[in-house]
Amino acid sequence: MSGQRIKFYQTGSFAVGNRLLKPEQRTVQSDAGRTNSLTTGHRACQGCGEALGARYVLDAVMRATGNRAVTVNATGCLEVFSTPFPESSWRVPWLHSLFGNAPAVATGVAAALKAKGRTDVRVVGQGGDGGTVDIGLACLSGMFERNDDVLYVCYDNGGYMNTGVQRSGATPHGAVTTTTPAGNSFGQGKNLPLIAMAHRIPYVATATVADLRDLEYKAARAMEFHGARYLHVLVPCPLGWRTASDKTVSVARMAVESGFFPVFEAIDGEVTEVTPIRRPRPVADYLSLQGRFGETPAADVVSRLQAEADRNIRSFGLVVE
Amino acid sequence: MRAQIEGSRAVARTVARCRPEVVCAYPISPQTHIVEALSVLVAAGTLAPCEFVNVESEFGAMSVAIGASAAGARAYTATASQGLLYMAEALYNASGLGLPIVMTVANRAIGAPINIWNDQSDSLSQRDSGWIQLYAESNQEAADLHVQAFRIAEELSLPVMVCMDGFVLTHAVEGIDVPSQEQVDAFLPSYRPRQLLDPDAPITIGAMVGPDAFTEVRYLAHAKHLKALEVIPRVAGDFAREFARTSGGLVRPYGCQDAEIVVIALGSVLGTLKDTVDELRSGGVRVGVLGLTTFRPFPYDAVRAALRDARHVIVLERALGTGMGGIVTADVRGSVPAARISTVIAGLGGRPITRAALRELLTGADQLEPLTFLDLKRDVVERELT
Repeated sequence: MSGQRIKFYQTGSFAVGNRLLKPEQRTVQSDAGRTNSLTTGHRACQGCGEALGARYVLDAVMRATGNRAVTVNATGCLEVFSTPFPESSWRVPWLHSLFGNAPAVATGVAAALKAKGRTDVRVVGQGGDGGTVDIGLACLSGMFERNDDVLYVCYDNGGYMNTGVQRSGATPHGAVTTTTPAGNSFGQGKNLPLIAMAHRIPYVATATVADLRDLEYKAARAMEFHGARYLHVLVPCPLGWRTASDKTVSVARMAVESGFFPVFEAIDGEVTEVTPIRRPRPVADYLSLQGRFGETPAADVVSRLQAEADRNIRSFGLVVE
Repeated sequence: MRAQIEGSRAVARTVARCRPEVVCAYPISPQTHIVEALSVLVAAGTLAPCEFVNVESEFGAMSVAIGASAAGARAYTATASQGLLYMAEALYNASGLGLPIVMTVANRAIGAPINIWNDQSDSLSQRDSGWIQLYAESNQEAADLHVQAFRIAEELSLPVMVCMDGFVLTHAVEGIDVPSQEQVDAFLPSYRPRQLLDPDAPITIGAMVGPDAFTEVRYLAHAKHLKALEVIPRVAGDFAREFARTSGGLVRPYGCQDAEIVVIALGSVLGTLKDTVDELRSGGVRVGVLGLTTFRPFPYDAVRAALRDARHVIVLERALGTGMGGIVTADVRGSVPAARISTVIAGLGGRPITRAALRELLTGADQLEPLTFLDLKRDVVERELT
């Protein structure tokens, strides 16, 4: 299936299904014949952004590949909540090996398929931000550098949420975690989409669970390319972010609308498309939805994160006059 | 065909004839020549279809092998020393997932201090990783063990490491009969995975297992190793029939029948030991050698049978269990609890084990302490200890 980007600006633009569309333009999730890759009954927390993101990504990948994809998963929430033996929520071929090796294992799967002449089967690796930006970064960079035929998806919730909300290399400045009780004093976190782009891989994209149509589009679009591809999905974690479990989508939307999380696509290391912001919201509005920056975020934290958002708006050209 | 060839190249050619479909490579001395030679064979199209993956670390190498094996490909890699330790987490994973990966370990000391020379600290440190461990006495056996390793691994769905002494074997040029393609094809069927990542029949591999089932999983891993004790000698027997030479198996007794003293060892030192034993036997000393070809699973019964007549067992160890002594000794003691057992730590970090030293050791065996460090420079350690 060729990915087709549909822009909604009218009220209800965030709705998933749209019966007014032609069948081929409808969302993957509105298709009764979708694979339901991550099916119900798993043990994710209420309002889990990762569970939502993973289901959308994989169903879109399965539709794009005609149900010809295998998945490799890093250790983390997604693996733990979906496969308590003898149960499994996966309705796709799925392999878990270790925390830090999902990109390399995916490379091995791709190499095996290539050696066997199986050009019809595609490979998706996935992990959280801990497994991706920290412990798995060397394997991921190797996979990018060799341009292995793998789509790697990082579900970024800004911390080690599976082990009880510790700081990761993707935790934003100022966020309180159990290992940064006074607020994360480090920088802005590793920007893995930019690191991926520096490898000049065919396709890099960012997305959030606030725009599921866009997420489906990007997962499908990624499958149009061969070689190493990277999809970075912002997935709020109610537990770690101290947000209400019904605010997952709203808080993700605010991350985008404040410019704090730029949504874009890059081909061969160059940005080709950005999701524009019509009226940038102050980052303070984004922070106030969460408990992890404290009841009243400190002024220096707010100004530093606002500066980050402003830089994103400038460098990605997010606001179009 | 018999050729004068380096051990590493003989192994690489033999591995190529086993038709691996994915070979992962990360360089480390003294393993490098093996993957270099395989990369040449893949680039030349001699080994096809095969994907050669240049990885960024040994951890990546084993991880690629895991993915490849789970996707139904015959997977191979090689490493040594720190590289094997860097793989350690993935080693346990490969065996836990029941993936029949074959790996060569070019045995080398582990730092600090850094030392690239041969001992067996690396593979012995991974004795409980769930991998079958086979040790080659010669380069001929190193080559032959790889052919057997793929069959053992795939029959049991377990990974196998073939250990060969670094430099002593890997870099030694000698006459080796590299198994021909026809012979290997007749001996080694194509890989049929027990479980497979396949879009036509989706399964979950590597689920999270809690206290309710983990003991059972580990028990089954143990049971597979016990089964390996039957499979390994059977495969060695088949090999001997097909290739008309003996390689592999569980143990290699040499002059053990009437021996009062039996020396147990792994790897290339067995050659020197046999020469020393021949020399001593011609002088009327009743000594024998027991080579351990299979260290994991530990062949308790075979060792017990071979040591039936021995009143003194000397375990010559090329690794140290700090604070304990000999790693292999612990298992030997389990085989023959009543025997007098001495541990001799020898050849660490490439220190030569000479016939003269062995002769002295064996003729003075009665005076042996329970734990001896062969050729220890006492003045050096005493200076440090005082």
